[in-house]
Amino acid sequence: MTNDEIAATVNRAIAEEFELAPERLRPEAHIRDDLGLDSLDIVDLVIVIEKAFGFKLTNREAMMDIRTLGDIHAFIAALRDKGEAGA
Amino acid sequence: MREQVVVTGMGAVSPYGYGVPALETGLWQGICSLQRLADNGRVKGLKVRTAGTVPSKDLRGEISRDLRRTMSPMSQYACLAAREAIAMGGLEGDALRRTGVSIGSTLGSPAALEDFFREYLLGGDMDEVRTTTFFKVMGHTAAANVALACGCAGRTLAPAAACAAGLMGIGLAYEAVASGREERMLCGGADEFHPLVAATFEKLGAASHEEDPELASRPFDVKRTGIVCGEGAGVLLLESLTSAEARGAKPLARVGGFSAMTCAGNIAHPDATSIVECMAAALEDAGLAPRDIAAVNAHATATTIGDMAEGQAIFGVFGSQTPVCSLKGHMGHTMAACGVLETIACVRMLDTGTVLPTLGLETPDPACGEIRHVLGEPVLATGPILKNCFALGGTLCALVLDVA
Repeated sequence: MTNDEIAATVNRAIAEEFELAPERLRPEAHIRDDLGLDSLDIVDLVIVIEKAFGFKLTNREAMMDIRTLGDIHAFIAALRDKGEAGA
Repeated sequence: MREQVVVTGMGAVSPYGYGVPALETGLWQGICSLQRLADNGRVKGLKVRTAGTVPSKDLRGEISRDLRRTMSPMSQYACLAAREAIAMGGLEGDALRRTGVSIGSTLGSPAALEDFFREYLLGGDMDEVRTTTFFKVMGHTAAANVALACGCAGRTLAPAAACAAGLMGIGLAYEAVASGREERMLCGGADEFHPLVAATFEKLGAASHEEDPELASRPFDVKRTGIVCGEGAGVLLLESLTSAEARGAKPLARVGGFSAMTCAGNIAHPDATSIVECMAAALEDAGLAPRDIAAVNAHATATTIGDMAEGQAIFGVFGSQTPVCSLKGHMGHTMAACGVLETIACVRMLDTGTVLPTLGLETPDPACGEIRHVLGEPVLATGPILKNCFALGGTLCALVLDVA
């Protein structure tokens, strides 16, 4: 999976779950301040990402440090590079 | 000294649709809002074929996602009804913030509970359970979600009183305002249709199996066949007369009295003696005698035993002259919503001086007491209305409404 495909999969899943317009999903968008997600949403965000990629994170807590949408894209790409994800 | 308590706003989501106007139009046009169940016959042993379901509607544009994420349908209905009541009552700003909420439901969302246990028991996996599931399951889900959605920081009450939860919600709100503990309360009840409730009445032998929605719910009739379950939400804005006058809000009706009692002898079937006591206590609270009551809006859900006990109790207190109607033929039994949707109808009956007929009632069952049924057309009656609601668990409520 390419970086663009990862970004598209993440954005599609987040747009659907959190009912966000696709144009708001810029890589620099801050998860809390720009996209308006709160602590409950961020826990559910992990579930959404796992379902979108069909794998389970071994370290879910690592997702809690993520600040921007681009951070999520990079996080998944890093898992792919380490061979830990189906991505 | 007890505060005068008035109704200054009303909101409804009912089998007729969204809003008080849809409810009133449906009731006053004598339309039966019951529907055939879509997936009937799927479950062995469940012979229920009709329900009073709310027309489906995409509410994404009406309730924002951050509020909707913790709401099952019952809370969404309650939220819309609360907003309608707030708008009707012109409640805003600090007065809205300093308002309490008293909204009951039969259960937390059974569908959300089902989602949880599907993952937990069948999947053996908690990982996909959303953080928001519990907020739909908890016992005060409708009340808490309304408080959040409307920005009400007063007390949150959620009476657990099954089918009487809506009228109990009004009653607790009335007591909170009358005692001066709260100036204003949004109150009522909400429920969503789920087979758990229909199946329970089925097991008790109290559910209607009739396939024709028009014939399914026939309170007090010799051919009545049982309850038709439904869903919806009703919310009243109750406030002290002092608060209403200070805000310039127009009182639509006055709550004269309330009584909550228990039939301690049977958990499933309230008896006539207990119902008599409950209605008498509500009259006493209102400072009225039976002859002062212009009409009785019965709980009457079209069960054999329940209608008989209530009819005999009404005859015992009011005799054969006071008009009696049930609205279960129009909407079925909307569970926790019924006490409020029917109270909203009572407010309009008070206002118009008319009492609606019992839809579906053609031949009154003499076993239900020699009471004066309203048949076919509305009748004229001016003055206070007594409204009953009863529930599994032996819970009994009676409310007296009067002109403001």
